[in-house]
Amino acid sequence: MIRPASRLLARVLGWLMLGAPLLHGLSGPLVAQDTTHVIDQGVRVGITYAPGVRPTLVVLPARALDSLRSILARDLDYSDRFEIVNLPNEDSATARLPSGAFNTPGPRLPPPNYALFRTLGADYGVEVVAGDGGTVVRLHDLAAGVVRKEQKVNLPEVSAAGYRMTVHRLADEIIRWVTGTPGIAATQLLFLANKRVYRLDSDGYGQGPVTGEGEEALSPAWSPDGSRIAYTQFAAGHGAIVILTPTTGARVVAPSTAQNLNITPVFSPDGRTLAFAHLDEDGADIFAADVVDMCCVRRLTVGRYADNLSPTYSPDGGRIAFVSTRAGLPQIYVMAADGTDQELLAPFDYGVTGSSNAPEWSPDGASVVFHREVARTPQIFVLNIASRRVRQLTSAGRNEDATWGPDGRHLAFVSDRSGRRQLWVIDTETGRIRQLTTSGSVRLPAWSRRLTGGQGSSHQ
Amino acid sequence: MHISSKWLGVVAISALVACGSKQPPEQPAPQAAAPAQPTQPAAQAPAPGDDSEARQRAQREADDKARRDREAADARARALAALRDQLAAVINFEFDKADVLSGDEANLSRKAAILSANTVVRLRISGHADERGSDEYNLALGNRRAAAAKRYLVNKGVEAGRLEVISYGEERPVDPGHDESAWVRNRRDEFEILGGDNLVAPR
Repeated sequence: MIRPASRLLARVLGWLMLGAPLLHGLSGPLVAQDTTHVIDQGVRVGITYAPGVRPTLVVLPARALDSLRSILARDLDYSDRFEIVNLPNEDSATARLPSGAFNTPGPRLPPPNYALFRTLGADYGVEVVAGDGGTVVRLHDLAAGVVRKEQKVNLPEVSAAGYRMTVHRLADEIIRWVTGTPGIAATQLLFLANKRVYRLDSDGYGQGPVTGEGEEALSPAWSPDGSRIAYTQFAAGHGAIVILTPTTGARVVAPSTAQNLNITPVFSPDGRTLAFAHLDEDGADIFAADVVDMCCVRRLTVGRYADNLSPTYSPDGGRIAFVSTRAGLPQIYVMAADGTDQELLAPFDYGVTGSSNAPEWSPDGASVVFHREVARTPQIFVLNIASRRVRQLTSAGRNEDATWGPDGRHLAFVSDRSGRRQLWVIDTETGRIRQLTTSGSVRLPAWSRRLTGGQGSSHQ
Repeated sequence: MHISSKWLGVVAISALVACGSKQPPEQPAPQAAAPAQPTQPAAQAPAPGDDSEARQRAQREADDKARRDREAADARARALAALRDQLAAVINFEFDKADVLSGDEANLSRKAAILSANTVVRLRISGHADERGSDEYNLALGNRRAAAAKRYLVNKGVEAGRLEVISYGEERPVDPGHDESAWVRNRRDEFEILGGDNLVAPR
């Protein structure tokens, strides 16, 4: 393909790199707008989330359900959609609050002391009660003094496989009751440590290996339904893309990837197609293969003297953003999913802007996250697709390889701000940041979509 | 003196007998047989002076030959090792670049000459990057570095099918350090020799 160098240069020069480093006060309207239709369809109670105005929520003390309550409370906190009221000295809250402040187990339950919880400034109270034939979860509207939503759930034993994931799904449902959009607790992240792929629950628990010891892996990626995991498997002289089904242990090599080096796999949103970069002496180029019928490999880029890699699909499957070195340093481009209509996606200043890599399209389609070198140090940037403007999210230490949570507002990424490369999670709307992993040296995370069960869990 | 030399002779003969009886008669050890010949006349005839001189000379010649053989074998091994070293010698690159440096052209030309003289030998060229830069981009960069060396060798007349390329990006550093001296060493192509246990030097 002939590169229209002059046109490209003109376009490039036309842009200034925008976006002063903004960490706080990111009123990301793109995300809020896109969740509207979900709210309309969902069971919507209470107020809608608005940036800067978050409902205040308290998780009521729960007798004999400490584990459930603490997992729920943390999930609700990590959703970044609420101000969480922490009860004073929580462990002894039962003893210190006046009687009648919360319920006792039993078929006939007196209402919580709404007046008391209103004095704590809470809009909502989440109550869990162990009852006959299941656990009852209630969402109290404390201001109105009524129960907004009640559901009975059958929880596995605390020690059972899948207990935590069941609680995470419950937390996501409670978040949907309040905001109209489910949370992201029932998700897992893949990442690489010591050349091995691991998985980890969104709250940092349940870490376990995915690939074998002694196997040299790279670039893990989820299928959209979480049932399959693709990754590069290095062997002597070549790197194949292996598609693993964790529940069965089945492994297949993706079509045409047994030769040479094949990296950066990504599933299309319908799970049918795997796009990846194939590297040989002609450079790196993006190919796509049908991974249901295991056939039909087609070439999407023709690099000649440029490398093309790291494809990422738009959520409608129609477009692919990718990295190309066609203008010198790697930058972010976009094309139709069949390889046509290639153009620059993230504007840059030729000769000024640093290398840009590792793009990932957001689940709502509104933006693409990537990392870009600023003073030779990678930082996380988000490109707004509609405006083609970029904003810088991070500035402390090295920050790279960001991956979207299924809500399109949380990002997990690798940062060395604590000394070693660890996974961190940032809420792009509030700027709140938390550390997800604490040991070893980890990289190349991939965040799953919401896991509905049946994909197996790290506790098995 | 007398007694002791007699005793020695007896010991020597009994040792020979013992030796002979132990070894299968149809294949006497050739090296052991050579010094055994002179000892027999030595036991019968006088003139011990002349005889021991001949024996010593024969011993010296045998030792010399063994030494020359050993040295020749060593020289061949050294030459082979040198050829292998030259084939496997790494080349290095500038930061984020995949151009063969002029200082490495002699290195690559020597490889091309050795490959031309040893047509069964193949090379697997692996490109590597330092730890800076993105993990996955570095695989593409390492791939370009391996491909650059392959192109150079093909231009020097080596059959392309004899040269494999692979990239390990920043996954296999030779120097675990995090400074410029480590990065310089880690930006490299390695050359793994496949096939051909023996190499002949190019003319």
